[in-house]
Amino acid sequence: MGETRKIALTVNGKRHEAEVEVRMTLADFLRHELHLTGTHLGCEHGVCGACTILLDGLSARSCLLLAVQAHEHEIVTVEGLAPSADELNPLQEAFRDNHGLQCGFCTPGMLITLTEFLRENPNPSEQEVRVAISGNLCRCTGYQGIVLAALDAAKRLQRPSS
Amino acid sequence: MKPPPFSYHDPTSIGDVVGLLGRLENAKLLAGGQSLMPMLNMRFVLPDHVIDLNRVDGLSFIREANGTLEIGAMTRQRELEFSDVVRRRCPLMYDAIRHIGHRQTRNRGTLGGSLCHLDPSAELVAVAAALDAKVTVTGAKGERRIDFASFPVAYMTPAIEPDELLTSAQFPFWPERHGHAFVEFSRRHGDFAIVSVAALLTEDGAGKVTRAAVTIGGVGVAPVRAKEVEQALTGQKLDDKLLREACESCRKLDAIDDVHAPSSYRQHLAAVLSRRALEQARSRLPSRATKAQ
Repeated sequence: MGETRKIALTVNGKRHEAEVEVRMTLADFLRHELHLTGTHLGCEHGVCGACTILLDGLSARSCLLLAVQAHEHEIVTVEGLAPSADELNPLQEAFRDNHGLQCGFCTPGMLITLTEFLRENPNPSEQEVRVAISGNLCRCTGYQGIVLAALDAAKRLQRPSS
Repeated sequence: MKPPPFSYHDPTSIGDVVGLLGRLENAKLLAGGQSLMPMLNMRFVLPDHVIDLNRVDGLSFIREANGTLEIGAMTRQRELEFSDVVRRRCPLMYDAIRHIGHRQTRNRGTLGGSLCHLDPSAELVAVAAALDAKVTVTGAKGERRIDFASFPVAYMTPAIEPDELLTSAQFPFWPERHGHAFVEFSRRHGDFAIVSVAALLTEDGAGKVTRAAVTIGGVGVAPVRAKEVEQALTGQKLDDKLLREACESCRKLDAIDDVHAPSSYRQHLAAVLSRRALEQARSRLPSRATKAQ
């Protein structure tokens, strides 16, 4: 094993401490050390967007971050989105209802990207949604269902009671 | 794909970075990581040391000073995108930023990383060339300032010594009432541009061009200024015929030939996109913008 370092970080609200190899990516740390395998790895060089996580609230590709860089930072992964183990959040519900996924490989990245996007732009146009997810590749849906889900989620989030 | 083994350093001051650069052999500076990390993952680079700039104080700022916008090297592209002062003082940069990658990459990617990586198609590199920016680099002997025009020395190679780092860049303002445009052609939104053009114009009371800057990215190893176009427009009224004819000279530029596009296509794009950029910049000149309303 090469050079290692102790890190402490918050993932989905839970504090973790670990000793990691300094060359380990954050994506591999989440998957292999914390066993949070919801963060998917497609290309591992920053093109596909499947590994998108929130770093201090902002979306980032976890394959392009080192785990040591997350020291004393706050991470949210797809596992941190649902309110409980048997409930989905409104964005996830909208994905299910609008056929926003098929194989599901891109879904974690899509959900994280749209979580940030809808927070910043709660009432987006279809074009704005398409631009927002331009950094997340999907091979199944042709994006149509994902765009519909995002627009539907925006409506649901504005009327949280319905 | 995993990065190769290296030693990791996360200094907190510019002085410490300079010290590490002077002491360590085969070290790479890690800024936003949107280019270096893929290169590490694919093992295109094998550094013995990675010096992470993300915890260094004093490298992230946007401020107005002496008619320029001074921006710290570690300022994220996202911060430029959402900065009021960038939008007001440097509208060309504001337009260009929205062509850079995607929201996830702009959240991390930095000004300094982009300028030092010097991808021939990079938007911020074209903006720096268009605005006649200067860059400040810091090393053991102190600071020095370099005209951006002489910053690229070869393909993806900046004029920085191994013991120096880029600390900031200064972008001179254009007058408040100027026309600007940034256009590019890429296969998909967020992809590297095949060709990009930045256009800037000012005019006098009679509607004649007093200053023109036309910068073309993606054709050479660094952005080129279309001097012939700039000269053809200066002192003239911008009618469609003049614009079209002036931009034809871009077909003579030396252009890269690679897997993405042959040089003839890049030359064609340079002419077409220059015209489009100038048309848009013209429409934003005060005389035209008022008429349009």
